[in-house]
Amino acid sequence: MAQAQQERKTDIGPPHYEKHLPPVVKKNYGKWKYHEILKPGVMVHVAESGDKLFTVRAGSPRLMSTKTIRWYAELADKYCGGHLRFTSRNNVEFLLTEEGKIDPLIAELKANGFPVGGIGNAISNIVHTQGWIHCHSAATDASGIVKSVMDELEEYFSSTKLPGKLRIALACCLNMCGAVHCSDIAILGVHRRPPKVDHSRLPKICEIPSVVASCPTAAIRPATVDGAKSVEVDEDRCMFCANCFTVCPSMPLNDPLNDGVSIWVGGKVSNARHEPMFSKLAIPHIPNNPPRWPEVVDAVKNLVEVWAANARPHERMGEWIERIGWPRFFKLTGIEFTKYHIDDFKHAGLSYKRSAHLKY
Amino acid sequence: MADDNGKRQTPKLDELTTGPWPSFVREIKQAAETNKMSGDLLGQLELSYEEKIGHWKHGGIVGVMGYGGGVIGRYSDVPDKFPEVAHFHTMRINQPAAWFYTSDALRKLCDIWEKHGSGLTNMHGSTGDIIFLGTVTDELEPTFSELTQAGFDLGGSGSDVRTPSCCVGPARCEWACYDTLNCAYDLTMSFQDELHRPAFPYKFKFKCAGCPNDCVASIARADMSIIGTWRDEIQVDQDAVAEYVDSGMDIQSDVVMNCPGKCMKLEGRKLHIDDKDCVHCMHCINTMPKALAPGKDRGACILLGSKAPIVEGALLSSVLVPFIKMEPPYQEIKDLVEKMWDVWCEEGKSRERIGEFIQRVGMGNFLEAIEVEPVPEMVAAPRDNPYIFFEEFYEEGDEEEEEENE
Repeated sequence: MAQAQQERKTDIGPPHYEKHLPPVVKKNYGKWKYHEILKPGVMVHVAESGDKLFTVRAGSPRLMSTKTIRWYAELADKYCGGHLRFTSRNNVEFLLTEEGKIDPLIAELKANGFPVGGIGNAISNIVHTQGWIHCHSAATDASGIVKSVMDELEEYFSSTKLPGKLRIALACCLNMCGAVHCSDIAILGVHRRPPKVDHSRLPKICEIPSVVASCPTAAIRPATVDGAKSVEVDEDRCMFCANCFTVCPSMPLNDPLNDGVSIWVGGKVSNARHEPMFSKLAIPHIPNNPPRWPEVVDAVKNLVEVWAANARPHERMGEWIERIGWPRFFKLTGIEFTKYHIDDFKHAGLSYKRSAHLKY
Repeated sequence: MADDNGKRQTPKLDELTTGPWPSFVREIKQAAETNKMSGDLLGQLELSYEEKIGHWKHGGIVGVMGYGGGVIGRYSDVPDKFPEVAHFHTMRINQPAAWFYTSDALRKLCDIWEKHGSGLTNMHGSTGDIIFLGTVTDELEPTFSELTQAGFDLGGSGSDVRTPSCCVGPARCEWACYDTLNCAYDLTMSFQDELHRPAFPYKFKFKCAGCPNDCVASIARADMSIIGTWRDEIQVDQDAVAEYVDSGMDIQSDVVMNCPGKCMKLEGRKLHIDDKDCVHCMHCINTMPKALAPGKDRGACILLGSKAPIVEGALLSSVLVPFIKMEPPYQEIKDLVEKMWDVWCEEGKSRERIGEFIQRVGMGNFLEAIEVEPVPEMVAAPRDNPYIFFEEFYEEGDEEEEEENE
């Protein structure tokens, strides 16, 4: 008998979360009392009822084959009654009720190359974008730098020896998919040369008013080039943000010689103690050096270790810098201060030092 | 470049298979064992590592019937070299709230993806969706069909409502001031049409954080940031405070001195909080979870407008509603959102985020348009520039009329 054609479903949304919650969560939903970090990567939440939920957090690469996802599922079956979750920063969390299963789970994770940690005063994983794996506008690769940096700094994931939390994020271009603009340390792909306009194709595939409007510094204007209605770029006004390329494929900025990464510091998202703040420029440009970007790794490691050696307990990077002042930050880290560090977009004056509060 | 066995050589990527952090190269190679698309992805990535440039063409409109979002078109710009990634589109799948999964659900997703795509995923994308990374145009409908049969749906992309996301909330966290999972799910279901069929000037993101720690970075990444908070007294267990004192915690330096409201005093083994000066920053609670907890009168603060730098600069969300009780079905929030969308859709420019729109038209004018009264909680300080667009003024003769009317 022929199988009846199933009616096409749309607009059903995700599965209701209740279908996936472990029994201990359903029972104690909204009735948790306190939590404790037991050791790196392991915490316990205790409910008002006395029930305990143990979480084991492991570093996860974000880019995952189905084979690894299936392995996570197997671990969940073996240790957690089939339940796990992922975190907002792309780690995996196994949700156990049996304390005795924690150490065997950790052993199995580590034996397969998955470090356990990321909770509390630690690096929690590097939020990142697609890079050369999938993005048309990437000025750098994302996963390669993330792997390289985390390899070097893995000890700060697997321990809680930092003064406070450390959030590192990477965006492969200024679109900042994932909004890295509020990270303790942000790695941002940048271009340094203007777009190369293909005047023969542009009139066929680009909307000129959209291209003109896309430029934050009004560097683009309509122009007739070789008889075709195209655009020209005032290269003195161009700061290589590549938004024009985002709206017009005929003016790419990707340039292997000049693309690279910049490094930003001091942002935070949480309201704890200091209000949220943007990351500020530390290093304007480091050339791409795949596969391991050693200069980027060294720069990030230096920032982490100088902060860790000098900050007070709980002080996030931005809070530490605010206390000691930016001049001392540049001195302690050995980073060069240049004209690029001084803002020149609108309202730039608000970031200038408008007082005599200096340390000598 | 192939070796003697015909297997592709990837010397640069191979360097990223060693080291203590899990290797994404190992993940791609695993998928490539049984999938040609992933094999070609590996090859193209190695080329990118050699040439220091990406090899993806700009965009391309692909999707499933009846939806305008959820699929991102992607085409290799070297398809002769890597034919299996000539098309390599991404599908965004709406994740379950707070990323909770059963092993069965994960296996189901793996079954579907191994059948129809590269076998590579992102768990998860930056907005929060499950990312199915790489398939051809002809597989989009069949994949979508299997996903919906399994109870999953696509997420948002383009100028639409993007997939809402939330923190772990009351599922595990004692600090959750409202049900973030329920809120995110409710918003997702209420706005399915706006999510799947882009009709806005640009994207619009909701992110639900249970407390001011904001573990989903909503204040930095969401157009509408819903951040849980409380408005009554912090709950204090003085016995537990005493235990922290006895354990050697330096409450004076680490907690009292770090309080931005300067509202705390430690006297012996007792902690005093003058709650009217508490700014609800969470620091003291973070530090002493057994002794302190958010108050009982809980709800959320709603902030608006955050975005990444392009075009007019980055913004953090700013206060729109200082405090609102969070009760399903959150009708007040939905009414507010509909009013905002009406104004923004009518007057917003193409690719203008609502935060940029507000910067252009003025927050005061925007508030008037959405019928929300201005309150001091919305500003860090009033304006310090005198360029006031006065709208009220007298005409000649008004004064005389007033005197007559008195």
